[in-house]
Amino acid sequence: MLQQKAQHVIDRARKSGASAADVMIREDDSFSVTVRMGEIETLKEAISRSLMLRVFIGKRTATSHTSDISEPVVDRLVDETVEMARLTSEDESGGLPESSFFQSSFPDLKLLDPTWESLTPEERIDLAVRTEKAAFATDPAITNSEGASFDYARSHVALANTSGFAGQYQGTGGSLVCIPIAQSSEGMQRDHWVSAARHRHQLEAPEEIGRKAAERAVRRLRARKIPTCRVPVVFDPLCARSLLSHIFDAVAGGSIYRRSSFLVDQIGQSVASPNVTIVDDARMPAGLGSCPFDDEGVPTQTTPIIENGVLRNYLHSAYTARKLGSKPTGNGSRAASGVVTIGPTNFYLKAGTHTPEEIVGSIKSGLYVMEAIGFGVNTVTGDYSRGVVGIWIENGRFTYPVQEVTIASNLREMLKNIEMIGNDVTFVGAIAAPTLKISKMVISGE
Amino acid sequence: MDLNRSIFFDKYNVTTRDLEAYLSEALSRGGDYADLYFEYRINHSIVLEEQIIKSATKGVSIGVGVRVISGEKTGYAYSADLNRENILKAARTAAFIANASSAGGTIQVPTPLNQERNLYSISIFPAELEIAQKIALLEQADDAARAYDPRIKQVQASYVDETKHVLVATSEGRAAWDLQPLVRLNVMVIAEENGKRQSGYQGGGGRRALDIFTADLDPRELARESARQAILQLRAIDAPAGTMEVVLGPGWPGILLHEAIGHGLEADFNRKKTSAFTGLVGKKVASELCTVVDDGTIPFRRGSLNMDDEGNPTHKTVLIEKGVLQGYLQDQLSSKFMNAQLTGNGRRQGYDHIPMPRMTNTFMMSGESAPEDIIKSVNKGLYAVHFGGGQVDITSGKFVFTASEAYLIENGHITAPVKGATLIGDGPTVLRQVTAVGNDLKLDQGVGICGKEGQTIPVSVGLPTIKIHEITVGGTEK
Repeated sequence: MLQQKAQHVIDRARKSGASAADVMIREDDSFSVTVRMGEIETLKEAISRSLMLRVFIGKRTATSHTSDISEPVVDRLVDETVEMARLTSEDESGGLPESSFFQSSFPDLKLLDPTWESLTPEERIDLAVRTEKAAFATDPAITNSEGASFDYARSHVALANTSGFAGQYQGTGGSLVCIPIAQSSEGMQRDHWVSAARHRHQLEAPEEIGRKAAERAVRRLRARKIPTCRVPVVFDPLCARSLLSHIFDAVAGGSIYRRSSFLVDQIGQSVASPNVTIVDDARMPAGLGSCPFDDEGVPTQTTPIIENGVLRNYLHSAYTARKLGSKPTGNGSRAASGVVTIGPTNFYLKAGTHTPEEIVGSIKSGLYVMEAIGFGVNTVTGDYSRGVVGIWIENGRFTYPVQEVTIASNLREMLKNIEMIGNDVTFVGAIAAPTLKISKMVISGE
Repeated sequence: MDLNRSIFFDKYNVTTRDLEAYLSEALSRGGDYADLYFEYRINHSIVLEEQIIKSATKGVSIGVGVRVISGEKTGYAYSADLNRENILKAARTAAFIANASSAGGTIQVPTPLNQERNLYSISIFPAELEIAQKIALLEQADDAARAYDPRIKQVQASYVDETKHVLVATSEGRAAWDLQPLVRLNVMVIAEENGKRQSGYQGGGGRRALDIFTADLDPRELARESARQAILQLRAIDAPAGTMEVVLGPGWPGILLHEAIGHGLEADFNRKKTSAFTGLVGKKVASELCTVVDDGTIPFRRGSLNMDDEGNPTHKTVLIEKGVLQGYLQDQLSSKFMNAQLTGNGRRQGYDHIPMPRMTNTFMMSGESAPEDIIKSVNKGLYAVHFGGGQVDITSGKFVFTASEAYLIENGHITAPVKGATLIGDGPTVLRQVTAVGNDLKLDQGVGICGKEGQTIPVSVGLPTIKIHEITVGGTEK
């Protein structure tokens, strides 16, 4: 049904005067429940749709999107979008991807698990109940909670364009998260643990999630500020993800042609420590970021980003590839507005050989960081300054928790200073990382 | 305003009998309260980059959210169109939350509220304006940024507008509607010199039509300001690290209030006792110089609303008066359980989201000090005038906000510009460190976007020049 709709939109765009067009329709059937203090707090269920259209008149383009995909609304929007395109500028690099890129068959990436559907609403609610209960049972210091949530969605994506490409895929995804609050005489601390998977059997057990979340919250109790110092910093895998997201921003084709990245003009150069390898792998079976083709219909691939410290590739849509004389990498991604930007698939730093314990054990004095907050990262210069919560390491052992401090450096230096890499890559989304040790950063505190 | 003019009645033929039917369905399994949120939103955006109009975008969003409250439980579902059967189905889904064994909840037929106030009375809404007019604004910005300095190598100017029709109907018999305009223009530039690159950013807007950009916010001024910041950053030195005296300039640095205290005073976190501010009403949380308000009633402001997204009128709410905490920002659910007055702060991103307590325009009232005297009084410290975003951990109270334009203060004088750095502090105590408040309150120019639990909404902040005795600055220079 979505495919037919997509085809109808393409035909209509052509009739309205578009020389080329592509449309993506996405439908999400979602269920979400949050349980707090043993009771349901919110229960939400709905089907949402989004139609994203892009038209070209020669080298001019316009885009549109609508949540209402009924025919009168869509037909009118198609006509208006074509009219809008007449008012934009000719852009030499504009246009659909070259026809030669399109394919008609794709490998099965194991994105769909029908067994989720056999869970009744009561069983879904029970997953959240069990998770939160396990957090409370783990430690008496857990006295309150922001709740535990189970989220599930089945999505269906259909894409069609005037070059004759038509494709669709479906996927499922479920996640279970727990946010307990621990209390001491000095105040409260919260932390979380989350598991997310396309297949039901890959989801961590509720009891595991609740226990880990509780342990993480409790170990933050009585956190203190420390004096300003320059020491090694270890990022736990959930927090190291944020570093990978900054690197993704810096290798996205849009940042490169705008020259708004600290990694511009550096293909083939050493930009990171030799033990660092980063890939964007869209074909990982059942990967949370996997998909057969991107939001422009270009087949996805595995793209090496940094290999043994050397920058190999930037990530491209058809547009950024043309701008920079490169090939699309299957990373065209439609923002909610319908505009095509660059998105990650499974973008991660490959596992190293060290256990997290070995990494912590290697440090005389340093900071283990569990959470970083704020927006103090400048992709243009690489300057980095964020607020963190962590645990102080002394002689290879955890001592006391730390808060109200910042860590600062520059992403260029941080990449070169990655001294040890953990064997514990943790996927809870499209971007992932293992434990990482950076040899030196400035901690700003008292 | 006349309810009959609501697009949902006029164009989509929704009747009060329909509203009654949907609400009855929502409370068919019991429940204390139900409401409907109808939304029809049109967005436009245009981007100029590399001196050409690269894209023009239009977005349409139509739908109805149905909420059922039973005790402290919320059931929610929505229909992504105005189809009667789909709305009834959403109402049945939302009703699942209530205990089926209890009798159906009672509803009063929604009757239109008499709405006299209009904080954004404009005659032409942004959705009706010609694209050519909007493009002209972007071209003015591009020209001005490039003319500012030859080191400006990239200019990205973007224009966005939103025209939003909202209708709220509740089982308590209220029906209220609003038509909300919103425009914004942003200019981002990259300056380059000897292989060194820096960026600058400035934007502005409000609940107005395009006249805002001819009257109060000249796109050329926004562009020159963006260019000035980028050029200045080319000679910025490393920011200091450690705890020091900090002076915040007026306007956008009010993001301090938004992060340090605003989120922590949202009623949901206090009802659940998960906020670091829990139980502090009536206690001293700031120096006597500080009076902080959240005011959703300022005409044409980005954070202002005639009514919140639960159909209640917005208010001017005093959060802190002369240092003492007065109360929280309430929505329907929390006010009931905390037995507190509604403050008109129930907001949501759209029909597909559950409302919760949110800020509107949050600022500190002016004090008595002259801004120059405040700077003169600092021997060694930091003067921060422009900020990027901020974030807070509600439970521990620790918050950050990131300076994008800041200078050293040495012996009472502003000296070298420093690179961006994050400032970190503790919400319930940072305002106790305020030792001077300027007489120069300014609100920001209308660019604020606030995120909470995955929902983003427009907000505004404001601040006079203030001096904070001690806060940690996250630079790299020990």
